Amino acid sequence: MSFNRRNFIKISGVAGAGVALSPKLSGAFQSFFKEEKQPLKESDAIKVPTVCEICFWNCAGWVYKDKENNIRKILGNDIDPHSNGRLCPRGTGGLGMYYDEDRLKTPLIRVEKDGKQIFKKATWDEALDLIAKNMKTIDKKYGKESIALFYHGKTGPHFKHLLQYWGSDTNAKPASAQCLITREAGYIATYGAGLASPEPTDIRSTDCLVLIGSHIGENMHNGHVQDVSELIDRGGDIITVDPRFSTVASHSTKWLPIKPSTDMALLLAWMNVIINENLYDADYVKQYTYGFEELAAHVQKYTPEWAQGITTIPAADIYKTARMMGAASPKVIIHPGRHTAWYGDDTQRTRAMAILNAILGSWGRKGGFYFPDKITLPTYPHPEIPKPRWTWREISQGKHKMAFAGITNEIMDHALPEYKGPFKIKAMFFVATNPIQAIPEEQKIIRALKNQEFIVAVDTMPSEITGYADVVLPEATFLERLDDIRTSQHKSPNIALRYPAVKPKYDSKPGWWIARELGLKLGLQDFYRWENFEDVLDWQLKQVGSSMEEMKKVGVKHFPRKKPMFLEKDEEYWFNTNTGKIELYSTDFDEWGYKPLPEYKSHGEVPSGYLRLIYGRLPMHTFGRTLNNPNLFDLKSEPLLWINPKIAKIYGIENGQYIWLQNPKGKVSSFTVKVRVTERIRHDSVFLPHGFGNKGRIFVDDGTVHEMSRTYGRGISDAEMIHQVSIDPETGGTGMRNNFVSLHTEKPKPVKKKKVKKDTKSKVDKNSVKKDKEAKVKAKDSLAVKKKKSLLKDPK
Amino acid sequence: MEEQLLVNTRDIYGLYPHVHVWGFPIAAYLFLGGLAAGILLFATIYYLRGKADEMPFTVKIAPIFTFLIIMVGLVLLVYDLHHKLYVWQLFMTFRIESPMSWGAWTLVGVSVFSLLWPLSYIDDIEAYLHERNWRRLDGVTNFIRKFIHKWKIPHFIILMFRKYRTFFAYILLILSVILGIYTGILLSAFNAHPLWNNSILGPLFLVSGVSTGSAFVMWLSNNKKERALMSTIDMVLIAVELFFIVHMIMGMQAGPEAYKQAAHLFLGGEFTVMFWVVFVGFGLVLPFILEAMEFKGFHIHPAVPALLVLMGGLVFRIIMVNAGQISEYPF
Amino acid sequence: MAIEINKCVGCADCVVACQTENDVPIGYSRDWVVEKVKGYYPNIFLHFETQRCNHCEDTPCVRTCPTGASHVIEGGIVKVIHDECIGCGACIESCPYDARYFHPDGYVDKCTFCDHRVEDGLNPACVSVCPTNCMHFGDLDDPDSDISKLIVKRDSYTLLPEAGTAPQIYYLK
Repeated sequence: MSFNRRNFIKISGVAGAGVALSPKLSGAFQSFFKEEKQPLKESDAIKVPTVCEICFWNCAGWVYKDKENNIRKILGNDIDPHSNGRLCPRGTGGLGMYYDEDRLKTPLIRVEKDGKQIFKKATWDEALDLIAKNMKTIDKKYGKESIALFYHGKTGPHFKHLLQYWGSDTNAKPASAQCLITREAGYIATYGAGLASPEPTDIRSTDCLVLIGSHIGENMHNGHVQDVSELIDRGGDIITVDPRFSTVASHSTKWLPIKPSTDMALLLAWMNVIINENLYDADYVKQYTYGFEELAAHVQKYTPEWAQGITTIPAADIYKTARMMGAASPKVIIHPGRHTAWYGDDTQRTRAMAILNAILGSWGRKGGFYFPDKITLPTYPHPEIPKPRWTWREISQGKHKMAFAGITNEIMDHALPEYKGPFKIKAMFFVATNPIQAIPEEQKIIRALKNQEFIVAVDTMPSEITGYADVVLPEATFLERLDDIRTSQHKSPNIALRYPAVKPKYDSKPGWWIARELGLKLGLQDFYRWENFEDVLDWQLKQVGSSMEEMKKVGVKHFPRKKPMFLEKDEEYWFNTNTGKIELYSTDFDEWGYKPLPEYKSHGEVPSGYLRLIYGRLPMHTFGRTLNNPNLFDLKSEPLLWINPKIAKIYGIENGQYIWLQNPKGKVSSFTVKVRVTERIRHDSVFLPHGFGNKGRIFVDDGTVHEMSRTYGRGISDAEMIHQVSIDPETGGTGMRNNFVSLHTEKPKPVKKKKVKKDTKSKVDKNSVKKDKEAKVKAKDSLAVKKKKSLLKDPK
Repeated sequence: MEEQLLVNTRDIYGLYPHVHVWGFPIAAYLFLGGLAAGILLFATIYYLRGKADEMPFTVKIAPIFTFLIIMVGLVLLVYDLHHKLYVWQLFMTFRIESPMSWGAWTLVGVSVFSLLWPLSYIDDIEAYLHERNWRRLDGVTNFIRKFIHKWKIPHFIILMFRKYRTFFAYILLILSVILGIYTGILLSAFNAHPLWNNSILGPLFLVSGVSTGSAFVMWLSNNKKERALMSTIDMVLIAVELFFIVHMIMGMQAGPEAYKQAAHLFLGGEFTVMFWVVFVGFGLVLPFILEAMEFKGFHIHPAVPALLVLMGGLVFRIIMVNAGQISEYPF
Repeated sequence: MAIEINKCVGCADCVVACQTENDVPIGYSRDWVVEKVKGYYPNIFLHFETQRCNHCEDTPCVRTCPTGASHVIEGGIVKVIHDECIGCGACIESCPYDARYFHPDGYVDKCTFCDHRVEDGLNPACVSVCPTNCMHFGDLDDPDSDISKLIVKRDSYTLLPEAGTAPQIYYLK
């Protein structure tokens, strides 16, 4: 066991005295022996308000510091409606993000040294000058619009504004097309309003919650998890549809183990029962909806008996669950879920869910969906923003009418060498996002990246994208920086402040500072007439009757609602659609050539020899960004690939074994993954948590390697295995659930031999031969070492 | 199918998949403790029976080793502690409930007496050595004698000890029995481990300890009579040990599930071969046969069965320490 | 303490909350979450159990401690005085729940039910942070306390009652 030298030196001086002490007294002399860190007392704590940045739920909380200014813990803010004073594991462990010693520490610039591409440590001035110089060059050659921004989180807006001020509005959030754009489109087409975040579901009063495509509890959407827990207490019904026996399935009244890719059939069959058995809310339908007759006629062919053959769910269960929903109406919620880009008909599927909610009368009703309210802060005065010649709209909306935000994949397509059109992308900014893991089709992304003349990455941690960047800028974590006020919607409108608890560690800087300094170098001083971002926020807060000073004390401030939360009885209500009603039959879709009513379409079967790859979340991680967080790494250090025991038997795979995956295109996973043989997964699928298998590694000229040392090479990245993306026609959403893998206990040979291109940029990332070798060594090591340390207790 | 797994990574030293914080040092410590107890037991018993001069090795010489054996054991024990610098805390309190506490105190007592015992015999020891023409150690014995006579207090203590040797022999006899039992009870006090948690283990360890003690004397004694006596005693002890082992396993087999599983470790489980072949076969039955053969007149070097018994004693403790930690209540 | 297993989602927030509250070193944890699955697809029973020291009424760890470092304080919380602990491992061996471990500094460490918080009238860190509100903390000796009533009202079980330690954490079905 470790022997602490510090203790030894300290104790040797007093050991003689110690012997003479009686055991009772020795407690009093504790401080003589060792300064043990005592838990922080509530009364000794310095509390600084924060808004968690580990996930988009953005819970407000308090950072607890001791008198030495060390961050000790983060707790929820009791009056915050997102968290109700209880943060999820990621929020509680958020301080690990600050303490992580693998963080990016200084600005880095790509240089060539002895024919090798490495990074050189630079000052902020050097790095920002280089970026400004390159931005100007790109502007001269291609125009400002050719600089694209990919962003995520609260730092994103600083850079989005910077580029907008400068003249480029070519941007996209990978989180949009990869995740919830399809859902938003489905609800906008139906209700004329999207759902935004947090979803305005009144789970606290509902009687029946239907989860189809949502694994609450594993997704740890804090407020909703708490709501569901309260629902369990009240004894409400939960119906969970999932091919996997998810955590929430275990807490549900009814679990429907559906065959993947057939959700639409179930939704249509539910409509069929609800309409034919008159379980719908007739008054509501009559008053607020448009196209009920068309819908009723449309769903006649979709009987539960028909759906049984497709979904493998017994028709009796479909009847039963539909009747449960009908009985609870209008206090029923078909939960919209969040990541809804699955199979390429996702807008239609989410529309089917929206329609179900509509005919059950839950929109705008207690126990259904409430009308959220929020505070809008005025923007700080600035000159008029220049109008670019083209923006993300020209790229995305030509093809997809419902693309109301930049579509990452479309922008990436415009960055490929083969693209010859007018909207070329020649430089990229990545702010707090890692496209290699976040966007499907890794090979295409890499080709797009290599076709860029300049890439900037702003992040707190080294990841794959930092290896492709020309300049890497270390950002301060959310505990060290000031960001926009959180103004998200909720039952009661509220604002929340994130205030820096400590000074930025290392040579990192807050996002606003980086954006502003770069803006000044680009000659945008008119847009940055403030010195400190705090002044901007203070001005904004004062416009709505608060102030920085007040917010620092309370963290979260509530405001009175300006509009009612639910529909009054027989209230006249105008929905923001063409007909002014809830469009069960979408007139827009009809006009644009999309299907006005959702239809079932088969997505094919699993090819023989393969299993469907289902990816999902772990409650203690937000994908790749938290994996290296020391506290959260402690909670889950590697992913487990779930396999049904029947399949495991066929393949001869044992619990805890490390295996490789290969997709039908021949791509072999870079690393291995540990198998969990479990009954919780269907025989035709495997489940893999998203975000693992990190292989980002950069070399710096002082001989150091920057990587996420804890998580590097652990597990398989599901993004890497995705071989086909089904594009949703309405939105451009990227369906990624139609992907398959085969299991291999020995490393398989790739089917196609890839040509090793001599590209300068690829070297920094690391060449493929080395990768193979490392993977082999790693796998051997992991088999030997990890078997010994197996976490699994022998089942007795 | 039943499945049970840890959600969070809890890769803590010695906890998973089974508790394993004790290893060879503790097994060796228990072995040495039992050995020392056995040697002292014979020394005091035969002294009290007035056979000091008949059996000089048993009574006068063998105890010299006990002090060294105990010291080696203590070093191993302290080595195995994780908070070594606080070891003095052991002697700040006396806790009757904790075998480790009274065991530690017993060890102190035994080590003091096992040091005084041979010191008080220093002249006899020298005579014993001279008898066998072993003069190489004269320097040492002279030094010790000088040391004792130089100061008043040690001299006084030794004189007192000689004077009231019978009284001290009784105390040492009791202490050595306690020490022997302690090495067994130490393990059986842990109710988290069904294999350890049975009432036979204490006596079994005591008998095994005494048996190793007799084997030790048998091995090093030059006196034929002594050897023959020890050999006989050892045979009896081995028989008792075998009886206890059968008893223990039968008791566990008749117990609740956790105890059956504990017994299974020896009945087809991980430790079956180690236990039955190495310990019972080579550590008990074989020396028994060899001793019986010698008794019948076959010439067998006494070191062979003695070393086998000693090896068996050590292996037995290694098995018990390791297997015991594997034996847990099923979750 | 009472834990409602029908609500727990196994997120391990309790583990990390304990770690930050009590400065448990990285790589160690005083509490942990066990997932238990029974049955065959699609008839499966699954639940999570957040486990920690059961603060037993009959404490083998305190009994076997040779120095008295392990002791029970008023209210039934089992604690370790770090400076009296010699790191012999007897308590680790005697605990049927694997609740104790060697701290890297050598002494034995374990759950304290956050007695420093309880003194101030707060709940232990794990209880106060749980997003599903599935943990309840209170005085089991007081028959009128909320927790005592909860245990009487609901079906409950304890871990390894056969080990004979009278564990004081109840899992409510």
